Parts: sequence; structure tokens; C-alpha cells
Amino acid sequence: MDWRGWAEIVFTIALTVAVGWPLGIFVARVWAGERTWLDPVLKPVEALAYAGFGVDRNKGQNWLSYAAAALIFSAVGFVLLYLQLRFQNLLPLNPQGFDGLSPHLAFNTAVSFVSNTNWQSYAGEATMSNLSQMAGLAVHNFVSAGTGLAVAAAVARAFAADRGENLGNFWVDLTRVTLYVLLPVSFVTALALVAAGVPQTLLANVEATTVEGTKQVISLFPVASQEAIKQWGTNGGGLFNVNSAHPFENPTPLTNLIEVVSLNALAFGTVVAFGRVAMARREARALLAVMVILVGAAAAVIYSAETLTPQPAMISAGITDASSNMEGKEVRFGPAASSIWAAQTTGASNGSVNAMHGSFMPLGGGTAMFLMQLGEIIPGGVGSGLYGMVVMALLAVFVAGLMVGRTPEYLGKKVEAREIKFAMLAVLILPLAILGFSAIAAVLPVALEGLLNKGPHGLSEILYAYTSAAANNGSAFAGLTANAPWWNTTLGIAMLLGRFAYLVPVMAIAGSIAAKPKLAPTAGTLPSDNGLFVGLLIGIVLILGGLQFFPALALGPIVEHFQVLAASR
Amino acid sequence: MLSQLRPAIVSMVFFTAVLGLGYPLAVTGIAGALFPAQAGGSLIRNAQGEIVGSEWIGQNFKDPAYLHPRPSAAGKDGYDASSSSGSNLGPLNEDLAARIKGDADALRESDGQGPIPADAVTASGSGLDPHISPENATRQIIRIASARNTAPAEVAAIIAENTQGPTFGFLGRPRVNVLTANLALDARYPKAKAKGAVSQIQ
Repeated sequence: MDWRGWAEIVFTIALTVAVGWPLGIFVARVWAGERTWLDPVLKPVEALAYAGFGVDRNKGQNWLSYAAAALIFSAVGFVLLYLQLRFQNLLPLNPQGFDGLSPHLAFNTAVSFVSNTNWQSYAGEATMSNLSQMAGLAVHNFVSAGTGLAVAAAVARAFAADRGENLGNFWVDLTRVTLYVLLPVSFVTALALVAAGVPQTLLANVEATTVEGTKQVISLFPVASQEAIKQWGTNGGGLFNVNSAHPFENPTPLTNLIEVVSLNALAFGTVVAFGRVAMARREARALLAVMVILVGAAAAVIYSAETLTPQPAMISAGITDASSNMEGKEVRFGPAASSIWAAQTTGASNGSVNAMHGSFMPLGGGTAMFLMQLGEIIPGGVGSGLYGMVVMALLAVFVAGLMVGRTPEYLGKKVEAREIKFAMLAVLILPLAILGFSAIAAVLPVALEGLLNKGPHGLSEILYAYTSAAANNGSAFAGLTANAPWWNTTLGIAMLLGRFAYLVPVMAIAGSIAAKPKLAPTAGTLPSDNGLFVGLLIGIVLILGGLQFFPALALGPIVEHFQVLAASR
Repeated sequence: MLSQLRPAIVSMVFFTAVLGLGYPLAVTGIAGALFPAQAGGSLIRNAQGEIVGSEWIGQNFKDPAYLHPRPSAAGKDGYDASSSSGSNLGPLNEDLAARIKGDADALRESDGQGPIPADAVTASGSGLDPHISPENATRQIIRIASARNTAPAEVAAIIAENTQGPTFGFLGRPRVNVLTANLALDARYPKAKAKGAVSQIQ
């Protein structure tokens, strides 16, 4: 570890917030349907879309109708994507002549991209045609993120409402955030990435004769356009097997900076936008502070683990350079850039990686796992991180209310039994899907066949997989060979639960919050914009996450850490 | 409910057209016009115009006259650019310990007993890492110089020319591009059978 590494970590987080803040202000304008400088180009496209959809842009929806729209849209997207992947061999733009996907892989992949998870059971360069990547997977990179941003808008409006039930129109929100936010930022980022060295071509493969005379087949894709939305949309599904560790996806420290900033900026920005629409700017800043503190702390823990933990394999080979764990890491990034990426990607339900988490030291990989288990709220997925954090804030004021014996309020809305029931329902999905499936897989021979590593690290591979799926992250301890019926099916179910069984209770909370009168704060109101609240919320997030998952983590990464220490003596 | 089916279906078609075709094709067109070399994969050609590789994609070098890359887990023999992969071995995996021990012993045999940098015995995340650390490159100078009958300082100079520092002084790590360094070595100090070719980035 050195000062450059710490500087890189601090600079990356600061730049991410600095980019996210103005973007959030813009997102608030888009949510509100206000004029933007993109109107001359996009307004006609938008009008054309509503005409085709048969949607009246001024007609609002209540929570049930809004949630139904989000679910139906995702269901239709799933069916079409499933068919497209299953039969990609019959479709054009398949220069490598890849076969259609098997039913379980097509199911897993379609769920994965519709739910904004982007878990990859497949190796992209050996499986997916150009059409499947561009017109299948990348489209869902946009619209699954757009769905998250739309639901976040509905939640923000619920807090602004005074005895109302109109949460906006899902189709309008989806169309506007996709066209006005996701598309332009991706377009600019894609061109910047190409300038910095990322390929963008429709040619399939290039055959090179290496200097030593062997053949090297180099896989190419339209990489940059997909890389950009994969990061901005907190999707994370790479074109290549190794994702952003691949030098074509991420060739230099500069492309790495662009990608890691775009990975979190919009999620931070959503919080700023929430503050404006919900008329709670100071409270939104408190939420942002919680996210920044936790993601910074996580990056520091991972960086320390990767640079300070002794490495038994190196010691036993008589190698004294133990300055950093380089297994699974790229020379151009090194431990600092890999650590901040790991923290941001697992904090954010993105799941793209620039180093192999499965080869991290136990506490490094364990921290990445723990970040996902906190519920993908620091800052979480685009939109979904915001509404996840709002659920946590409701629980925090509820706990504080219990301590002093008052009905809790958040942002001028009384928080009562109905909201807390739905909040708990949402929060309990994660342990159910993660621990339930992991427990079964840990004793099932057909599941254990997929493991690469033995002992605690093998358990970590299982735990990480279900954590990643249920939290809609998509990164992996990639030693696990997941392209098999058991893994594809159960991971697909975990992804569905994590996305949609969470989204419905959140929308129910939004409906119930919107219907309540907006109260002015009184002397008895717990302020939710100060340091005390930030501390309280961090405590709730960590204790909820810690208590649920600590026993499982103790059997995986924590015991492995002590094994590493013992083996290094 | 059924009234929402029409927007769901029509919007998927609309988004597929705009985002799935319009967006990537527009980026491809503009990128190809503005940055043709990068968009095409930063391919490197020899004097005869044949593609010898890409600036960003590592390839295997076994000849003692070349700078050797890191161990690779991509494909069966490593550096398979259509099959990127890390080893995914955990820190306590016996295969990892055995591989590192074997590689370290081989390096001491070929390049002397000096300290071995971490990147010389660890597999990268992609299996296609085009770079090695400057320490790793320095450790190979004597071997390369004697294989090419030239002074170590000459080899060191070429390595230095192909070394990049951290971006803005603190982003990423210092690194040596193995392929461009080896092409420069061939161009300036040809081996007996060297393919001898001045290369440029396409």
C-alpha cells in the first residue's frame, strides 16, 4: 500500500460524487417533465413513442397500476429476450455462427438482464452473437436501469404528495429517463472510451500471427457502446468472460477511471434527484453521506486486505515481495484501482469487475460479499439503491421511535405499522433467497460439482453466487462453474425474488406514504438531516446486514482469513 | 392490466430499435470515422502488413531473447484471446501454491536468484494482461541481452521506452508493454532468425 493507492481511492470517490451531483439535478428535471437542452432532438422521438404505446403522458397512475406496469414491462422483456437468445442461431448478425442457448442458460440470462443483475453463466466471447449482445442484452442494460429510475421517481413523488395517490406514469418515466439520461451519457462515454483505446467494431474475430509464430484469434465486438451503458446502468454484464478486467473493455487506468466513475455517479445522482422532488434536500444529503462513508470504508478495508494480508502461496515459494496480492489482478490497475472498483461495484449492484474477486484475500472478497448483503444501497443500483436506502431510513426512524415512544416520521410522513410491515417484507427477501439457497446447495452433490475451490473458499463461492444473484449484483467468485441446470435455475429464481419481490412492497410503501398528509416538523420530530441520523442509519444498515449474514460469513471468508494467517507462519 | 400490455410490447420494440440498433450503430459509425485504429482493436502489423497482435492483448513469449509475460489462465496454453479467464484460485488453493512454486523455481533458473516481483508468478484477471511491472522487466534484462549479444543497458533503454507511469502520477501502476517492447527489440537488435520488422500501430 502506498500514498498513490490511497490518493486514487479518495480521488475516485470524490470525482464520482462530483459527477453525480449535477447529473442528479438534471434527473430531477427529467422526472418532473421539465424542459431540457436535449428537447429539440428528443422531444419528437418521445412524442412518437407515446403515440405508439397508446399512452396519455398526462395521465398518472396509483401505486398498484404503476407497479403492474413495471412488472408487465419486465415480463414482456423477459419473454422476448428468452426467445431471442434461445434462437440466436436463426437470427442475423451472428458472424461467429454461435448456436442458440440451452433452455436453462437462456432462462438464467434473460432473468439476469431483465432484473438488472447481469450475472453471466456464460463466456460472452464464446456464446453470444453480435445481435444478442447489441439488440438483446444491451437494450435491457438500458431499460432495466430505466425501470429502477422510474420506480425511484414514484417513491420520491410519494414523499412530496399530500393525501394523494398519483405517483406519475411508469411509461412516461421509463421513456424519459432512458432517452434523456441513460442514452446521452452512454453515447458520450462510449466515444470517450473508444478515444482511449476501447474497440467498437462489427467485425467478429481477427486472426493474428504472433511474434513467435503461433496463431492468436482475437475476439472483437462493438465493445465501447455496451461498456458505457453496462456501467451507467449498474448492469455489469461484460461482453467478455472476464468483464472489465479484459484489456479490450478496459485498456488503461484512464478508461478504468471513466468506467468506475460512471458505475456509481448516477446512483449518487438519484439521491440528489430524490431530495429535490421529495422536497428534502438536506435529508437526501444525509443519505448520500451514509453511502459515501460506507463505500469509502469498504474500499479501505479491501485495499488493506489486498496489500497487508500475508500470502501463503508466495511465502512457501520463497518470494519476499508480498506488497500486494496480484493473482487475478491486472498490472495496469494494481491493488488500489482493483479495490476501489470492487467496493463500488459490489456496493452498487453493478457487478462488473476489473479483477477476479475469487482470488482476493479472504477479507477482501468477504467485504465485497458483505457489501452486497447490505442490500445494494451504498449507493446501490440506479434507482433501486435509492429506494432500498429509503426503506432502511424508514426502519431507522422506526427504531428511534420505539426508543422514545413516539410515532416516527420521515420527511413529513408518519411511519406506521403498514409501512414497516412492507419494509420488513422487502428486507427479508434477501436473507431468504441467499441463505436458503446456499444452505441447500452446500449439501447437494449436483450443486457442489460446480465448485473449483475446497473448504471455506468453496462455501464462499456458493454464498457469493446467491448473494450476487439475490442482490442483483452479478459479480462472482468465478471459480464456480454456474452454467448447469441447478445453478442456472436457482440463481435465476434468486434474481427474480431479489428484484421483483422487493419492488412490489416498495411500491406499496410508496402508495401508502403518498396517501398520508404531509406534516410540518415539530419539536418532537427526529431530525433526519444531521450527523446523529447519519450515525443511526449506518448502525441500522450494518446491524441488519451483519446480524443476518455474520454466521454464514464466519464459516466462509472469516475462517479462511485465520487459516491464511496460520498457513503464513 | 391488459391495457398495459400494448405499451409493454410496443415499447420493447421501440427501445430495441433505438437502443439496440440505433445507438451502437451510431457509435460504431462515429468511432470508426474519428478513431479508426482504436475502434478496430489497436492492431499491430509488421512491415509485410500482417497482423502480429494487438497493443492491448498479451501474447506468449518463450524464446529467451524476448521479454516474457505473466502466467496466463486464458485457454489451455494461456493467452488465448478468444477465451479470457483468470485462474480464480483462492489464496489457500494447493494448485495455486504449486503453480507459484514451479514458476518461481523456473525464473530463478533462467533469470538468476534476485527477488521475484509478484506479477511475475501470478496470473492476471483477464489472462491477457499486455503488461508486466518494470521490476519484472528489469529482472529479465541480462537474459535478453546475452541472447541478443548486446549490452544490458541497450535492452534497459528499450524497456524504458515502452514503460508507462501511472496516469496523472497516481492512477494505476507503472507498466511495460511486452509486445511493443519485444517488437522494438527485434527491430533494433535482430536475433539471427528474427522476423525483423519495423512495426507500427495500424
